Amino acid sequence: MGYVLTKAGFAEVIASLLEEYRIFAPVRKVGAGRFTDVDAVIYDEIRSADEIELEAKSDYASKEFLTPLSETLFYFTENEVKESDFDGRPVLVFGRSCDLHSLKRLDQIYLENGLAKDPFYKRRRDLIKCVLIGCGHSYDNCFCVSMDSNKCEDGYVFSVDLIDGKIHSNILDESFDKAFSAVSGSEKKDVIPRFVTENDVKVEIPEEVPQGIIKSELWDEYTTRCINCGRCNFVCPTCTCYTMQDVFYSDNGRVGERRRVGASCMVDGYTDVAGGGQYRRKNGERMRFKVLHKISDFKKRFGYQMCVGCGRCDDICPEYISFSNIINKVNAASKEVKS
Amino acid sequence: MTNMNPYVPFASEILDVIKHTGKEYTFRMAFKGEVKPGQFFEVSIPKFGEAPISVSGIGDGFVDLTIRKVGRVTNEVFEKYKGQNLLLRGPYGNGFDVDLYKDSEVVVVAGGTGVSPVRGVIQALSEMPDAQDKYVIAGFRSPDDMLFRDDLKAWDEKLKLTLTVDGAPEGYTGNIGLVTKYIEGLPLRDPANAKAVVVGPPPMMKFTIIELQKKGFKDSNITVSHERKMCCGLGKCGHCRVNDTYICLDGPVFNYEFAKNFVD
Repeated sequence: MGYVLTKAGFAEVIASLLEEYRIFAPVRKVGAGRFTDVDAVIYDEIRSADEIELEAKSDYASKEFLTPLSETLFYFTENEVKESDFDGRPVLVFGRSCDLHSLKRLDQIYLENGLAKDPFYKRRRDLIKCVLIGCGHSYDNCFCVSMDSNKCEDGYVFSVDLIDGKIHSNILDESFDKAFSAVSGSEKKDVIPRFVTENDVKVEIPEEVPQGIIKSELWDEYTTRCINCGRCNFVCPTCTCYTMQDVFYSDNGRVGERRRVGASCMVDGYTDVAGGGQYRRKNGERMRFKVLHKISDFKKRFGYQMCVGCGRCDDICPEYISFSNIINKVNAASKEVKS
Repeated sequence: MTNMNPYVPFASEILDVIKHTGKEYTFRMAFKGEVKPGQFFEVSIPKFGEAPISVSGIGDGFVDLTIRKVGRVTNEVFEKYKGQNLLLRGPYGNGFDVDLYKDSEVVVVAGGTGVSPVRGVIQALSEMPDAQDKYVIAGFRSPDDMLFRDDLKAWDEKLKLTLTVDGAPEGYTGNIGLVTKYIEGLPLRDPANAKAVVVGPPPMMKFTIIELQKKGFKDSNITVSHERKMCCGLGKCGHCRVNDTYICLDGPVFNYEFAKNFVD
């Protein structure tokens, strides 16, 4: 069951939901993009529906709320460790099908890998409900169809598709029905969220990536092309790595806080051990480590692919390195290694 | 603090500080609970950060943490004294199963701070009835870098210890040379069934294993312990992952038959 309503009607829906929920959605930041006069579409807390960017693919993924780039875990006073306070209001997060599929991957690491559930992740995770942004068409670099993450049957409370100036919403969680039915002029109708059935970019992943691929020459190219800036990791909806970081206050050096900050396996320092030891010095090796995690190593451990095919890594790369291209190179090279 | 949050460290009193060298101290920390050699704790100093440190000794109500003054976190620890506290989390990792080494010829090859995680293993070997079938090759950078001098003396009396240094000033009368040099000459009766434990810096481990293989050791009889950056010890932070293995969860102690497939 669903509704078709005007943009003004949708604004009413959001306004009523904002009374109960904090809402995080893609927002267009004019002029904040990578080049002059280019916008950035990033996640932010919104105050009204007109802030939500429903058309463009966001540069950053919907994990921004769940795994912020920097999060304070503890405050240290002289003899005490105090957990950071937390805003416990419920949250709605807007995301596309790829984003919703990425949630399972984030949960896998933070809640299921190892014996302990990550409490700082869980306290955020427990608050959120997802809103699906339908995809009327495929975007640059998307290959979600190949990764089987182009469609969501569930995992969202309602969907939003902007078609010819009208909002089409499918309601999966009946508790949200009220917000839509209360809007004057909203038309009750069966709605199926739009999803992509074909991307221009397609990848083929070998069922099992042979171990020999590690020694392939295909990685060498990235030792010179990649500048290990780590942007691919920070925009990736499935990257979860973080580093612990302690800071102390300059006014009182005995008081401080422990944070965790996003980490990138492409950036220097990721593997540094005490005394100067380092693994994977070459950028090509780091690229291999990242790519094989996304399309092989994660799957070996958990049984399904990590990459959701959103293509954001390709969108953001300043060296125009294409992840999907690498996957296809791995596929071709895997056949050679095997034969 | 009563808390199920695994990131919350607990304060542990420094019961004693044992100075091995100018830059390597053992901190005897108050701790009650199960610990195995080869496991590690995340040691933190508020304001500076956390570092994974392996357990170098286990006793009634304490664990020993041998720390080398090499990083930002570890430098700060060196300004701590008996009676003060350190913040700890752990123990983490699988640790060594010393029962594996009963009733067979065993060779432990350890380099530098790599001696810390196997100290408990060597201790156990030295107390076994067939201690004369247990060999330890311990290597340090120089005579000044030697750790656990008292232990080395005690072990030398019970099992077969070869102590060596990479380099030494003129006049040094002990062994000089890398640990790998002493494997070929080990008087083992049955190398194909003998067991080995290898812990140390990556190149040392690599070449030690080559020598053990030459000697006739089976990969499945070799145990290794890996050092990686570990920010959480809980399988979340990602830094220690190799292939589909999380060193902090599945290791850091591995059978080499498995660990030989690791590619960083």
